[in-house]
Amino acid sequence: MANIISDETIEYVGILAKLELSDAEKEQAKADMGRMLDYIDKLGELDTDGVEPMSHVFSAENVFREDVVTNGDDRERLLSNAPQEKDGMFVVPPTF
Amino acid sequence: MDILDMTALQLAAAIKQGDTTAVEAAQQMLARIEAQDKTYNCYVTVDAEGALAQAKAVQKRIEAGELTGPLAGVPVALKDNLCTEGLRTTCSSRILHNFVPTYTAEAVKNLQKAGAVILGKTNMDEFAMGSTTETSAYGVTRNPHNTEHVPGGSSGGSAAAVAAKECFYAIGSDTGGSIRQPASYCGVVGMKPTYGTVSRYGLIAYGSSLDQIGPLTKDVADCAAVLEVLTSHDEKDSTSIARKDTNFTEALTDDIKGLRIGIPNDYLGEGLDGEVREAILCAADVLREKGAVVERFDLSLVEYAIPAYYTIAAAEASSNLERFDGVKYGYRTKDYAGLHNMYKKSRSEGFGEEVKRRIMLGSFVLSSGYYDAYYLKALKVKALIKKAFDDAFSKYDVILGPAAPTTAPKLGESLADPIQMYLGDIYTIAVNLAGLPGICLPCGKDSRGLPIGLQLIGDCFQEKKLIRAAYSYQQGRKAEEMTCVSNVENGQGGEPA
Repeated sequence: MANIISDETIEYVGILAKLELSDAEKEQAKADMGRMLDYIDKLGELDTDGVEPMSHVFSAENVFREDVVTNGDDRERLLSNAPQEKDGMFVVPPTF
Repeated sequence: MDILDMTALQLAAAIKQGDTTAVEAAQQMLARIEAQDKTYNCYVTVDAEGALAQAKAVQKRIEAGELTGPLAGVPVALKDNLCTEGLRTTCSSRILHNFVPTYTAEAVKNLQKAGAVILGKTNMDEFAMGSTTETSAYGVTRNPHNTEHVPGGSSGGSAAAVAAKECFYAIGSDTGGSIRQPASYCGVVGMKPTYGTVSRYGLIAYGSSLDQIGPLTKDVADCAAVLEVLTSHDEKDSTSIARKDTNFTEALTDDIKGLRIGIPNDYLGEGLDGEVREAILCAADVLREKGAVVERFDLSLVEYAIPAYYTIAAAEASSNLERFDGVKYGYRTKDYAGLHNMYKKSRSEGFGEEVKRRIMLGSFVLSSGYYDAYYLKALKVKALIKKAFDDAFSKYDVILGPAAPTTAPKLGESLADPIQMYLGDIYTIAVNLAGLPGICLPCGKDSRGLPIGLQLIGDCFQEKKLIRAAYSYQQGRKAEEMTCVSNVENGQGGEPA
């Protein structure tokens, strides 16, 4: 069954993905995603009733370590990668 | 022998004997990069000054007897998604164009401890998303065997650098075939180890449950030696495994008597180029003549690996790439109105087309209402695929097949149709879903002179069997056998010729 991606869906995906798309990009994205989902729908041919989803190949258990600080103060070097910084802090636009 | 023609192990031995020095090797390599990398574009960043400083320090330690390992003093190229303290790391993306990590990836630290000299960072598909290295924001890399063709991807710069002799060995990462497929296209050896073997700490994540770091080398002996150095248990990667049997170079023996090798019929079917098929079957003959038991079998579920993979990888990518938001590092858009607009514009301008395509797909398959139908379904199919491999490895020690359906395509032919490009991953991708080790090594060339790669797949933790089989094949391969006519063409395979 062909997947038709609506304008609303692409808007919603844009919000989730934090991407701003031009009108031309939206049309392209609708076509690309529709085709890809058509392809992924192939998985529906397989009966997976009762199959446990496998997120990790090896049995994943929590891996703990002692809560000991091993890294030093790296603030200046970390901040040097920031597009904008002031007084030892990252600068962002107003959030309200 | 010209230094540049040496393997990594040969060079280290020559340095140890005093026939040459780490500094001489680095200088010659940098001169070669300077002379020819404008043509191939294997590197995003070359660190000439840093490499010479490292080489001098390493040479001193070799002379002082402090560095005695089999790779001490050998120059290496690193894929540009491995963090290197003080050296720009871009993931071949505009969004990280000026990112200078404050720490070094654990795998790279292991190389440094072994006396590696880092030449620079190699080109790749942006965030490792692609199969041709054409999605890089820093230009395409050209295949050294024919500059009209792609080197493969996503570790295309690393594979091309080895093939072009612009490094003695390189490091790549493999999420769906990104080491093995470019190794195949460039005629070099590439290995993806069992998931958890090499620490992912400091590897910029794409699909975390699938990503694994591994070597790209000139031959199988180098591959085993580099893998041995890369391997370690690391507390900083919660998926890192404490492995015991990691002296991989011990497996460099020319003995495969009785080794059970299975060739999936599903890997020889529709879509496989005739010349690639012939070369793979000839390689199987070489192994049979050396005493391996070679059979054909049905692996099943092969056509479901690609849709399952792209669902899972896109989902993980959409989450992993959330961190690139124009606040802590990398690109920030010039004009914006408020925080969310800044996020959106920085990401939209900073990421390339293929990356955005996968982030959107990933966001969709994880979204409420579609999670069960797509993401959870893919994880269930992954369990079935793992089971199919478990069944296969109850009968066989090694699975043999091609690494890619064709030899390297021409530049510009692949990106127009993403799904067609994804289909090129059909023989490599299931290996990542099942966490298995896989190695690709050259097994001939097609009529246009482009390399063909042989892929060997092992059960989890069975790298030694792969290395033994690969080494035996490499020893057994002779020039005349490259033009042989295979005798396993029909059914379960014939008698040795």
